[in-house]
Amino acid sequence: MNIWQITWFTLLMAAIATLLMLPPGVLIGWVLARRRFRGHVLLETLVSLPLVMPPVATGLILLMLIAPAGPIGRVLQRVGIEVVFTWKAVVLAMAVMGLPLVARSVRAGIEQVDRRYEAVASTLGASPWRVFMTITLPLALPGVLAGAVLGFARALGEFGATIMIAGSIPGSTRTLAVAIYSFAETGRDGDAATLVVICGAIAFAALWLSNWLAARTGLRA
Amino acid sequence: MIALDFRLRQGAFTLDIRERIDARVTALFGPSGAGKTTVLDAIAGLRIPAEGSIASGERVLFSSSARVNLPPHQRHVGYVTQDVALFPHLDVRRNVLYGRRDSQRLALDQVAGMLEVAGLLDRRIQQLSGGERQRVALARALMSAPEVLLLDEPLAAVDVERRRRILPYLERVRDELAVPIVYVTHDAEEVRRIADCMIVLEEGKVIVGRDNV
Repeated sequence: MNIWQITWFTLLMAAIATLLMLPPGVLIGWVLARRRFRGHVLLETLVSLPLVMPPVATGLILLMLIAPAGPIGRVLQRVGIEVVFTWKAVVLAMAVMGLPLVARSVRAGIEQVDRRYEAVASTLGASPWRVFMTITLPLALPGVLAGAVLGFARALGEFGATIMIAGSIPGSTRTLAVAIYSFAETGRDGDAATLVVICGAIAFAALWLSNWLAARTGLRA
Repeated sequence: MIALDFRLRQGAFTLDIRERIDARVTALFGPSGAGKTTVLDAIAGLRIPAEGSIASGERVLFSSSARVNLPPHQRHVGYVTQDVALFPHLDVRRNVLYGRRDSQRLALDQVAGMLEVAGLLDRRIQQLSGGERQRVALARALMSAPEVLLLDEPLAAVDVERRRRILPYLERVRDELAVPIVYVTHDAEEVRRIADCMIVLEEGKVIVGRDNV
């Protein structure tokens, strides 16, 4: 098993997962920051749930949903898409586990944006969508980027949900975190240690970037 | 012409106003907490009255009985807030052109010339002085070709010396453009100098209606 192949595969899966997290993450973050409605606390709680639930439990829920007999799996099977124990399951596990971090970070970023700018833009004739795209999002960009980096870092380290729905198939679903476990279990401590160093370096770089971005959020006139 | 007839509640405070505004410059005068800014917010659609109506000429902007409540972006109201709120991530040119509407009445050259912001267009917002910010905010509001211009204490944040330098720009806007202005202030000298007409507010009530200045 090639260590660099595992590393490359993991980075690629995490990148795809991050792209998948962003649209719902930005939407949920905006809703939590800017809308007041009944069920606000409920949404807030549901979104953060994967952060505190055992990832294995989240994985089991996902498995029940996307297994060929599950409600989503049945539909997917009809259109010929297989998810369980494929790379798609790796991406799904990563995206679900990273989404809360994106949503929370986007929310914090948007809450930093002074609402007067949005109000003035609307009096200048900008529709709510245009206000969001030209005022809110650009001003909240550091928060959005910080969230993307955090979600990416979380995706890289994803283990519990991945092992439930994707397994540890060499060359097709084996990520860094899962490989460390598999190697350690089969006595390949040297390989496992190498992967730990790689994981540590990537996680360190990602967190550092995220903190640096977050520190730049206070963009003001 | 702006026709106001509405009640707006904010906690224990109630704004109750019934006035027609048809002068070139109408000053909304009164102590702080009188509800002056709330009147402007209601006209711009940023606060919703509990009941009543707001109309601009023939257009109904808000009417509780007819269930009309135009969103701010459909009201064609230019609003320069007290803190001017220039967009910090856009340069002066993109701020000024943000709300540009096709209009034969107003070209960028005309507005930039009148307010002397032509030389500022390529600057960043962070490089402007207080007085320059006021003029840029005014230019931005005018470029959206508003049917009415709302100015919330445009001179409150600047010292007496700068005030003398900005007032002539406001007078130019008043004299050269056919846009009615509603001008919030608590400075009697400003009222005398720029306004044609004055409405005095106190604790959410009109205590002197439409006095000619």
